[in-house]
Amino acid sequence: MAQNGHKEHPKYMYIFLWLAILTAIEIGVAIPEYSVVLKAILLIGLACGKAFLVAAYFMHLKLEKRTLAVIVITPFLICVFLVIMLMPDLTNDSRLDEVAPAAESADTNAH
Amino acid sequence: MEQATTLEHTEDVYEPSLTPDSLGKLGMWIFLIGDTMSFGALLAVYAALRAGAGALGWVPPSEILGINLTAGMTFLLICSSVTMVKALESIQKGNVSRMCTFLGLTILGGVIFLGLQAYEWTHLIKHGLTLTGIPEHGLSGDTISGSTLFGPTFYTITGFHGLHVTGGVIYLAVILINGLRGRYTADFHHEVEIVGLYWHFVDLIWIMVFTFIYLL
Repeated sequence: MAQNGHKEHPKYMYIFLWLAILTAIEIGVAIPEYSVVLKAILLIGLACGKAFLVAAYFMHLKLEKRTLAVIVITPFLICVFLVIMLMPDLTNDSRLDEVAPAAESADTNAH
Repeated sequence: MEQATTLEHTEDVYEPSLTPDSLGKLGMWIFLIGDTMSFGALLAVYAALRAGAGALGWVPPSEILGINLTAGMTFLLICSSVTMVKALESIQKGNVSRMCTFLGLTILGGVIFLGLQAYEWTHLIKHGLTLTGIPEHGLSGDTISGSTLFGPTFYTITGFHGLHVTGGVIYLAVILINGLRGRYTADFHHEVEIVGLYWHFVDLIWIMVFTFIYLL
């Protein structure tokens, strides 16, 4: 364990630099206006890259047994599945036109 | 009766495969996996509500939330993650005072983060982003309208994360006090590693929250 720590020493600042650079790129990608889908793909990709760096190096997942990485990745996959399962139910355009006024009236009632 | 003897026999030969070190670490990982699901569910619901806002529309978050401040907060959490790994690295080399300094810096990062979040929330509430409504005017000065669900989802997600940071600061403070009392050495420091896992996770979650709530 201690040996791993020693071996890793110079890497931390390197990872820090990468995280800072990726954050800067994220902001650069987020501010201009263009295709929402492309923006979402770019931003989620960058965020996943940063999350990977934190988990793999700061949380030492790369140095642990591979099984742990497999276990840890599971909830992320389940979350992706969760989003995919929820989406079709709510983004059906024809149905939204009917749902929206109802939602609006429910909202006024709440006030 | 026969079964009972078999059980007894198994108990005799059973040796715990988890050492005190790995047990604590595994426990933290299990907690973090559960926590991932909590945040994952919150973000998935946010995405679903946004996609399902329909005719009401969803105000672009950039019209309400300032990115500059939160970009700074993101950078701050990344820095505090670095000081955290430095603290662990120091104690792995047996340097207790260096570990304490870095733990202190990590706590400082967390406290500043919380202060900035409190500032941001106060600012947003004053501008009209509440649990039941959104501001009338966006940051660009234009009149904005959209689903009022932005407020509650925003405060729930960032609040839940802020609560984690608060918990992390307390947790780190406990470890720092233990460290100052001389509890940790080069051979005994798994508790520092475990608090590190928690802290990096909080950083990781912020990376996701920042992307999904502020940037998208």
